[in-house]
Amino acid sequence: MSQVTPVSASRPTAFDAQQVREDFPALHQEVHGKPLVYLDTAATSLRPQSVIDAVSDVYARDCANIHRAVHLLSQRATARFEEAREKVRAFLNAEKKSEVVFTRGTTEAINLVAQSWGRAYLREGDEVLVTELEHHSNIVPWQILCQQTGATLVVVPMTDRGEVLREAFEEELSDRTRLVALAHVSNALGTVLPVADLISLAHERGAVVLLDGAQAVSHVEVDVRALGCDFYAFSGHKLYGPTGIGVLYGKERLLESMPPYQGGGDMIRSVTFEETIYNDVPYKFEAGTPNIAGAIGLGAAIDYFTSFDVPAMHAHEDAVLRYATDALGSIEGVRLIGTAPGKVSALSFLMDAAHPHDIGTIVDSEGVAIRTGHHCAQPVMEHFGIAATARASLGMYNTTDDIDALVGALQKVQELFG
Amino acid sequence: MDLRELYQEVILDHGKDPRNHRFPEPHNREGRGYNPLCGDKITLRLQLDGDTVTDIGFIGQGCAISQASCSTMTEAIKGMTLTEVEALFSKFHTMVTSDEGSDDLDALGKLAVFAGVREFPMRVKCATLGWHTLNQALRNGSGEATTE
Repeated sequence: MSQVTPVSASRPTAFDAQQVREDFPALHQEVHGKPLVYLDTAATSLRPQSVIDAVSDVYARDCANIHRAVHLLSQRATARFEEAREKVRAFLNAEKKSEVVFTRGTTEAINLVAQSWGRAYLREGDEVLVTELEHHSNIVPWQILCQQTGATLVVVPMTDRGEVLREAFEEELSDRTRLVALAHVSNALGTVLPVADLISLAHERGAVVLLDGAQAVSHVEVDVRALGCDFYAFSGHKLYGPTGIGVLYGKERLLESMPPYQGGGDMIRSVTFEETIYNDVPYKFEAGTPNIAGAIGLGAAIDYFTSFDVPAMHAHEDAVLRYATDALGSIEGVRLIGTAPGKVSALSFLMDAAHPHDIGTIVDSEGVAIRTGHHCAQPVMEHFGIAATARASLGMYNTTDDIDALVGALQKVQELFG
Repeated sequence: MDLRELYQEVILDHGKDPRNHRFPEPHNREGRGYNPLCGDKITLRLQLDGDTVTDIGFIGQGCAISQASCSTMTEAIKGMTLTEVEALFSKFHTMVTSDEGSDDLDALGKLAVFAGVREFPMRVKCATLGWHTLNQALRNGSGEATTE
């Protein structure tokens, strides 16, 4: 199996966002007659040409099913699919490739844990702990599980800055806590949770910990062994990879102790009508033909991402975020929602002059793409007593020019509504 | 795309200062509308005497388009019969959703300011939330309408 070779030596150590923009074809278009300013990476990132090429190449060349036929195309497709798994392993610093399960995305990864691990091990009276700032996909699967098992969902409150404090977490943790499901980074607010701390607290009580890494993977360093988490879920399309592919990392002993999530082809070793013997992990959890091109595209996205000096990339994003925080904060009538220290990527805000939906339409007419709504985090909105926010979120390709364009577009909002 | 086509003065005015923003007493019909995608909420109450809407009001929160649409709707339909309301809703719906737009803008009166919504497909639900809520209130007497 091929090893991932770091190619960072071929790149300068400083991060040059202007140069990076050349790699993303979607950036080079006009919308409504204005150059596109893309500030919605928290919803989905744009893709570099190398990812687009990798996906296209699967269909153009290695177009075959995997783990099945003896013909050469199938061998090539299988090899590339499994190479992608190894790239994910290295990216997460997991111990073994078998700890990497391909899923459709973060949502499916969380549902897999809920329905497989959760239904096997949770009983009435057990507790599942989440926080107030979770995305719906880290709430609803646990609600369903609680209905099925009689377990109770317990919520750790957040502060008015959007932080989850160790003390609040400890307060809700109990000997009945069997599973803790935490966002690594909040999608609506950009808060980075003190997960290392929270994981050790949870482990002291014997609870299993799942991290929802959808918003984290591209913005903070992820090392599952250093974190010590039991499960880690993320989506390819938030790491500059394709949609429809994601990952569940699980510690091997946990994955092995879990029943299958779905039944079908590829997840079995042998089938008779009397008995089916399941395949080993991770294949036990990968029933049916997977998103082959998606997995290979994710591998290409990881190659692309890790070809940079990642700490320098994060420092660049942080500088743009601080610039944006100051710029938006200095506009009269703008209120930032989510002001946790050390936050990353996302800037949720409100304007006195206009509703988020109106803001979204008006800035769009200036070529600026932002997200508006509740960001699939209605409990967060409820905490702040609001129905929606406007949210600008950053990727590696954003620069302070993009923020200047946003500020200019927000001035249009004020002109129209002021 | 001209934003002024969407955000006409009447819309900005009604968005900021919605008319009939109160619950009428007495009332015998209520509808609640909710757009799960953006969180816009409307509660609409009205008094139906025979088949005439004699009073109507709403309390809601949401974007300028949804609030202005509901506001202008309440002004337009007060005093109308159910048949007239139905005909007006149909004309309004055609104006904001059909590719050709409305061929009968005159009949829509002040509501014609929403003609520009057609160019903004993502905002059609904002403009029709109040109408769907009204429809639901008249049909069922209570319950919730959603845009989804």
